[in-house]
Amino acid sequence: MKRVYVNEKWCLGCHLCEYNCAFANSGCDDMVKALKDVQIYPRIQIEQGNGINFAVNCRHCEEPLCVKSCITGALSVQDGVIHVDQDKCVGCYTCILVCPYGAVMPGPTGGVVQKCELCTNNSSGEPACVKGCPNRAIVFEER
Amino acid sequence: MGIDYLSPDYEVVRNPQRCIACRVCERQCANEVHSYDSEWKVMKSDDSKCVNCHRCVALCPTHALKIVKTDDTFKINANWTNEAIGEVFRQAGTGGMLLSSMGNPQPYPIYWDKILINASQVTNPSIDPLREPMETRTFLGKRPEKLERDADGSLVTDNLPPNLELSVPVLFSAMSYGSISYNAHESLARAARELGTYYNTGEGGLHEDFYQYGPHTIVQVASGRFGVHKDYLEAGAAIEIKIGQGAKPGIGGHLPGEKIVGDVSRTRMIPEGSDAISPAPHHDIYSIEDLRQLVYSLKEATNYKKPIIVKIAAVHNVAAIASGIARSGADIIAIDGYRGGTGAAPTRIRDNVGIPIELALAAVDERLRQERIRNNVSIVVGGSIRNSADIVKAIALGADAVYIGTAALLALGCHLCRTCQSGKCNWGIATQRPDLVKRLNPDIGSKRLVNLVSAWQHEIMEMMGGMGINSIEALRGNRLMLRGVGLNEKELEILGIKHAGE
Repeated sequence: MKRVYVNEKWCLGCHLCEYNCAFANSGCDDMVKALKDVQIYPRIQIEQGNGINFAVNCRHCEEPLCVKSCITGALSVQDGVIHVDQDKCVGCYTCILVCPYGAVMPGPTGGVVQKCELCTNNSSGEPACVKGCPNRAIVFEER
Repeated sequence: MGIDYLSPDYEVVRNPQRCIACRVCERQCANEVHSYDSEWKVMKSDDSKCVNCHRCVALCPTHALKIVKTDDTFKINANWTNEAIGEVFRQAGTGGMLLSSMGNPQPYPIYWDKILINASQVTNPSIDPLREPMETRTFLGKRPEKLERDADGSLVTDNLPPNLELSVPVLFSAMSYGSISYNAHESLARAARELGTYYNTGEGGLHEDFYQYGPHTIVQVASGRFGVHKDYLEAGAAIEIKIGQGAKPGIGGHLPGEKIVGDVSRTRMIPEGSDAISPAPHHDIYSIEDLRQLVYSLKEATNYKKPIIVKIAAVHNVAAIASGIARSGADIIAIDGYRGGTGAAPTRIRDNVGIPIELALAAVDERLRQERIRNNVSIVVGGSIRNSADIVKAIALGADAVYIGTAALLALGCHLCRTCQSGKCNWGIATQRPDLVKRLNPDIGSKRLVNLVSAWQHEIMEMMGGMGINSIEALRGNRLMLRGVGLNEKELEILGIKHAGE
């Protein structure tokens, strides 16, 4: 299955992926309208420090701990992609605690969680972080 | 500040309605122009630090930025321009030489733009390169004096002088590892291999990782002899003796000690932190006879298997110098015009020394033909080849191939901010800072170089087809395919072309 991978060697820590992610998931067709004067909640996040940067998002594990631990069945695997059904999520945050990558996070309301669904749940078509990466550090490929 | 305060040349204009304060501009600017005011929740900029490299403009996701020329001005004076006054102030303040980078930006004539190309109509049909064969392959080096056949009538091909085979008549100019980054070098090397042409190490030695590109590498020997050793000479497809550079004829080079770090120091074979100073002349070359000694030393060292290039800057008596070089045993003469780029040069030299490559090329080709030694050497020209039409014109004026440096860097992302000497290139090209170097991903860089040269190759074929010519060899020196516009008699005479309408 094609997944989003980040090559630390080329990641500049510019944070554009975070903004492209927030825009893609905003449901809005204008980035300024979507993101101006708002706190963003991107599903991909840059980890940085000591001159090292890399973007982290859901690994779509083959044996996902988040799905196993979900108490309401909100998390499920569909064609390899881990989806979250925000109608079912009760915001217990168990998935956030068990995810070894820190790739599940509270959504803007705090009441439910959100995570990368490879832009299958929005109109971006292909992962927006990959499309907008200026240095091809983030790739969407089979490995 | 103080009384010497000069207002910045450029201003950063931010559209507050579009700015989402994502701070990408701030993170991407090595000159620290942008900053975020957390109290007012707005982005700010310090125009005085801006070099107008456009990194922030290119990466701003909402296109909220533009850079404009300042309209702040001293009292308008056609003689004492703002630039002229500002330079005096700067030198009065520092006592130093003014430094600049890249090619001469002054408004001297561009002869390429005063030359037009011919096309066939009715009497000799044009050729469609999509349907008929069209050869852009060419060879650089000495031509055999005569054809020989053996008893069976086959051509005798042993003992031919060594030649470089190019699938397009375009090579990447000399840019040293040190002046440009590892990733820039890797991009050039990979593109040269894919395109079937060559890149040039410049005077910085050859990084051990790039020996694998040896068959597509021209290794340079310059006055500082940095990085020159046996394996280096043997690694390349050809060896270039650099006498001069178009951006700074008559002077040497100086890579400051701050850039001599790690691999650059190892590759140049000099201690870390020591300035790499290339003398103005080669201290062992004071005549054509001396040059001949170096040419033959290098040939001897590489078993006469590699062509030797001698690179000179285009200067006043270039034709006579080229004639001497052709007789020195060199296989290829490279001539660099006054618009040629550099990583750092004294501004006065860059802007005032040398001559246009178009005139130098025409003069050299004509002189070598008159002396019947044109076949002893190939001619490669550089110093601001900007597009495929410049290449076609150069070849019709007599060049065998062209060097591109600035155009190649533009393909890699350079925006010609002409601040290479600061070492803070935001595009990861003219820098050794690891966080900046990584901004140039060679996967992207090499692909863009291949795209550029392939696009030019298509255009060259179209233009040649239009003239009814189906090979580079048939275009070379074919000055009847050129006409001048707006040139005086003397210029036409030197270029060896007729005026449009003649």
